[in-house]
Amino acid sequence: MALDNIFGIGGSALNAQTVRMNTVASNLANAGTVAATDADAFRGKRAVFKAILKDQLNGQDNNKGGVQVTSITDDPTPIKKMHDPGNPSADKDGYVYLSNVNEMSEMVEMMAANRSYQNNVEVINTARQLMMRTLDIIKS
Amino acid sequence: MSLFDTALSTHAQSLTARSQRVEVLAQNIANADTPNFKARDVDFKQVFRNTQEDVMKTTHSQHMELPVDTSTDGMMYRIPFNVAFDGNTVELNVEQAQYGKAAAEYQATVNFLQDEIGGLRKALRGE
Repeated sequence: MALDNIFGIGGSALNAQTVRMNTVASNLANAGTVAATDADAFRGKRAVFKAILKDQLNGQDNNKGGVQVTSITDDPTPIKKMHDPGNPSADKDGYVYLSNVNEMSEMVEMMAANRSYQNNVEVINTARQLMMRTLDIIKS
Repeated sequence: MSLFDTALSTHAQSLTARSQRVEVLAQNIANADTPNFKARDVDFKQVFRNTQEDVMKTTHSQHMELPVDTSTDGMMYRIPFNVAFDGNTVELNVEQAQYGKAAAEYQATVNFLQDEIGGLRKALRGE
């Protein structure tokens, strides 16, 4: 039955948005970190979404049409370095490497994830109501 | 066709078609942030026609086939007002409005079905 699938689809979306929210939390938590080398510097993380298509499923098709997180990629923005010889993490020239997280865009990302999450909760709620109404047919 | 089939068939089949549409719209909303996802919708007429097993069949060699295309499943891509930069064509406001409408239509069909059952029950009791 088609209404059953909505719980799987909505659930997959809730899961994906939670992963997105987690990456935002991690980015914001690490926004102020400094590192001794360019390679060690913290790079912002982004969840990559992809629709779940029929041919990707192994037998179970209750999430078909839902969404999944395929990978988490690093933000390619170049790392900034700052001259701070007093910092214990400074390299031999006195530079520390800052994270490339932009707090503003992280806040926007957080709000977008929040709204999408709410939307999908609403979808699931409506589907549940429709299902209850359908079950009540026999009561009339 | 028995009494129950005639009384309930249309609305029961329409309930199936309506629940399919609700599912497709839920898929759109779930994928509102997926890059390159194309929003889809259901052609209700086509899906409803596909759920009906015995709609206007030819029973004689002289009968002519109705020009009905049963090859498609009624799924179509939505034409967006604006395409997002990442190729996503889901417009959340449109989808939410359609989802609300589809839910209302589903409930309307449930009400019709309920009335039919109530009528049958009354007839059976013979009150």
